[in-house]
Amino acid sequence: MTLLIIILLPFFAGAVGTLIAQRRGFSAAAWAAAAPVAVSLALLAGEMPEILTGEQIIVSRPWLPQLGLNLSFRLDGLTLLFGLLILGIGLLVILYARYYLSPEDRIGRLYALLMLFMTAMLGIVFSENALLLVMFWELTSLSSFLLIGFWTHSPLARQGARMAFAVTGGGGLALLGGLLLVGNIAGSFEFSDWFAAREAIRDHPHFNVALGLILLGAFTKSAQFPFHFWLPAAMAAPTPVSAYLHSATMVKAGVFLLARLYPLLGGNLVFEYVTTTVGLTTMVFGAYVAMFRHDLKGLLAYSTISHLGLIMFLLGLDTPMSSLAAVFHVGNHATFKASLFMAAGIIDHECGTRDMRRLGGLWRQMPQTAVLAIVAASAMAGVPLFNGFLSKEMFFAEALDLHGIPLLENIAPAAVTLGSMFSVAYSVRFIHDVFFDEPHELPHRPHKPPRYMKIPAEVLAVVCIAVGVLPGHTVAPLVDVAARAVVEDTLPFYRITLWHGFSLPLVMSVVALAGGSVIYWLLRNRYDVHLHVPVRYTGRLLFQHAYDGVIAAAGRLTNRLQNGSLQRYLAFAAAAFIGLGLWPFMQHGVHAGDRTPMPAAPFGFAVWGLAMLGALGAVWNHRDRIVAAILAGMTGLAASIAFAYFSAPDLSLTQLAIEVVTTLVLLMGLTLLPQSSRAESTSGGKARDAVIAIMVGAGVALLSWTVLSRSQETISWYFWENSVPGGGGHNVVNVLLVDFRGFDTFGEITVLGIAALCTWMLMEGLRGGRPSITPALSGNRLIFAAAARVLLAFALVVALHLFLRGHDLPGGGFVAGLIAALAIMMQYMGSGLRAMLARIRIDFWRWIGGGVLVAGLTGLASVLAGLPFLTSATRHPLVPLLGEVPLASAMAFDLGVFMAVLGTTLLTLTALGEARGKPTSAEEDGRWKS
Amino acid sequence: MEVMMAAGIGIMAAGAVYLVLRERSFSVVLGLSLLSTAANLFIFSMGRLRPGVSPIVPAGADGYADPLPQALVLTAIVIGFGMTGFIMALAVRLRHETGTDHIDGVEARPEGMPEHDS
Repeated sequence: MTLLIIILLPFFAGAVGTLIAQRRGFSAAAWAAAAPVAVSLALLAGEMPEILTGEQIIVSRPWLPQLGLNLSFRLDGLTLLFGLLILGIGLLVILYARYYLSPEDRIGRLYALLMLFMTAMLGIVFSENALLLVMFWELTSLSSFLLIGFWTHSPLARQGARMAFAVTGGGGLALLGGLLLVGNIAGSFEFSDWFAAREAIRDHPHFNVALGLILLGAFTKSAQFPFHFWLPAAMAAPTPVSAYLHSATMVKAGVFLLARLYPLLGGNLVFEYVTTTVGLTTMVFGAYVAMFRHDLKGLLAYSTISHLGLIMFLLGLDTPMSSLAAVFHVGNHATFKASLFMAAGIIDHECGTRDMRRLGGLWRQMPQTAVLAIVAASAMAGVPLFNGFLSKEMFFAEALDLHGIPLLENIAPAAVTLGSMFSVAYSVRFIHDVFFDEPHELPHRPHKPPRYMKIPAEVLAVVCIAVGVLPGHTVAPLVDVAARAVVEDTLPFYRITLWHGFSLPLVMSVVALAGGSVIYWLLRNRYDVHLHVPVRYTGRLLFQHAYDGVIAAAGRLTNRLQNGSLQRYLAFAAAAFIGLGLWPFMQHGVHAGDRTPMPAAPFGFAVWGLAMLGALGAVWNHRDRIVAAILAGMTGLAASIAFAYFSAPDLSLTQLAIEVVTTLVLLMGLTLLPQSSRAESTSGGKARDAVIAIMVGAGVALLSWTVLSRSQETISWYFWENSVPGGGGHNVVNVLLVDFRGFDTFGEITVLGIAALCTWMLMEGLRGGRPSITPALSGNRLIFAAAARVLLAFALVVALHLFLRGHDLPGGGFVAGLIAALAIMMQYMGSGLRAMLARIRIDFWRWIGGGVLVAGLTGLASVLAGLPFLTSATRHPLVPLLGEVPLASAMAFDLGVFMAVLGTTLLTLTALGEARGKPTSAEEDGRWKS
Repeated sequence: MEVMMAAGIGIMAAGAVYLVLRERSFSVVLGLSLLSTAANLFIFSMGRLRPGVSPIVPAGADGYADPLPQALVLTAIVIGFGMTGFIMALAVRLRHETGTDHIDGVEARPEGMPEHDS
């Protein structure tokens, strides 16, 4: 539980709090964001003593156990180290951002997104379940996207955000694929199960595919070559974001993932070879490019890439000490790089530029910032007495100790020394160009940064020195448990000390420091690095080309398929259905089943003939629209008779009522459309459509026949047996609707209401003004109106009767609603809309809303009683005079159905009935009569 | 009887598809309405054709009619009406907005251009 609170507190308390508090100013927003983070940090610190003894806590609660997704969390040394970094640096970043943002920025939004990220990142490091980890992983990609694009007005920020999201999000998908594969092999998604079954997993033929996908996820997230290009583009983010996400925490997620999975992956040759090669390449490449960046943040971004490569290299190696060096460097890099980013932000904030070609000589204006930057840059370069030196020494030692990796074992010592020389060179450049070079004209005169803006960087600088000087008294225990969590307690005896005698690693350090300084001197005085123009052929441009290419190809494909012709789309769809339907027929052939067919009754022939006359007549006469509508109505009536004949009285009643209202809708619509269509299809087009239609029809007929000629296996016995005891009704169809499948019905009346409201909205602006009936017919209308009024009472009584008996006999809310609607529509046709509305008095949408509400409340009533939504209750109370009355709560639900159906029908009909169309110039109705 | 039902559903579906593929919005509305009737009959007949029984407890001597497809079809019939009303309104609106009841919202194709190619 504590673990869950630690993870969720930043987002659920921090994000909400800061959004509320931002109205009271920046400081209030910062306090609201910082307080929950501090609480989380304190809670984590409270667990620390136990974890430092080597314990690990694993808690698990099922979430979606069918998918293998559980809310499982693990707190071990590795989690502790990352958790402290995330929360500790997070607190400092909150303080820093308070002074970094300008008054016009929306600080609450920045903090809320940072809090979202914090929760997501904590989720990654605490996850014990692979699927849970992926969820948080994608959440960090999403929050990173939003944070890079924080300044939405900047095109660079938007582009950078898209690029980062495409690369890391795509990598996340690969990761998901890899983890799913491993999960399928292991039969579980819990990491502890994976580690227990590691031999079986590693011997599985799919393991290498899974490994490749997992590595793809890790490399994209941790900006490894050749996926590194999104990280420099992400520097368009506000500097606190760069410091936090894109150097200290999020980009470490890839490294973390491999460390977490190390018990499974470690020692595998493919893993070792790929990871060390990619890491080493990235380390040297990143350091090389960093020397030539003019932008402070660009330099730091490539430096981050280089250091991530270094950590990746160490993790790939198959020795316990290399894992120790890796987790140690994770912490060291986070501290010195975050503090350097903060320094860069302060310089940008006070000078108005981060371009090293324009900065210079700032030592005099901001000496304190200069000291901070020098401390952090020294740590970055690996100068003794600073924390970076310690982990870099270990890195050198490991690079010298490569055995059994052909090629790499010869190259690695030289490569790491070269990379470190570059690293020294860009560190020197950072300090010299900004603080000591000759001053240039700046956008505005530099002034002293606010006191509290420097504090976060100062804290981190102090950590750099404390760890660097007294490693054994500061972080050693933490790093120790973290490494033990990675390598499962197989560390040999060792000590992290500042001085361990003259050794080859020390010589490499000295060579790197001296060589790096010389490289910088050469770059500055011989090459004149300030005139360097970056190469054009970058990963970023390649990405952009690929991105534009995909968009353009998608556009071309869309234009080809979507040419604006509905006929073409429908023909495609129908052809696709034919293809899909044909496939199984081709596979298995068409065979009659074993069911004895029924002899055809003469009555059946008559109804069938009626239906076919209607359907084919409507097709034949489709250009004479009124005739076609009436003929199609005939088919509906025939269907109603068929339902009645084949023992479906409810369907028959419903179909009958619906056929009447449908014909009304068609005729009402037709008054606003041309009465006929001209002959315009070419004979070729007609033939094509006829072929498609006949193939669809033949397919449907064959399918129906193959089913109808076979005996049935049905689950309906369950409903049949439980209808009376469980649902309290004898009409099983009705009990199904209002009880067994009540949720379904609830959804359906909602959809029905939405459809009617949409119909009504579509008539917006067309309402009113149409005479309700042709004046010439007013004589007939009087008789009709009088008859309708008499009929109204009868019809309503019939509706009530059908409604009340619906649970036991044919009827129910649907039919009753339709019949009541028809009765009311007759008033409309007889007396006009206004007279009818005057009688109804309630707006139809209120009927719809009320109906859905009544049905929903009925369902909720059972929730109040502690039962699932829409559980029905039946009682048979004794009522004086009437005797025992069967009452089911489903009756109330059916009332909701009744109201919704009534409202829907009336709203649809009046929406169309009220509408008036204006004759348009494009076509005149008469001209089209053929 | 089964053959008649199957053939009837097939013919209705064929007619409906032909209507849906016409150029004018009203034919499409009509076709869709016919198609829902065909589809409803199809789903209903999945419970097999059984005259002379009923879906009401208690069952008679000949057993009972399968109530499940009936319940599914009942709501489908009503939803079909909601859909027909909506598409009808869409057709009316289309004509109002574009001045034509051609389903693509554009009246004239250039002379001599085949109807079904773009």
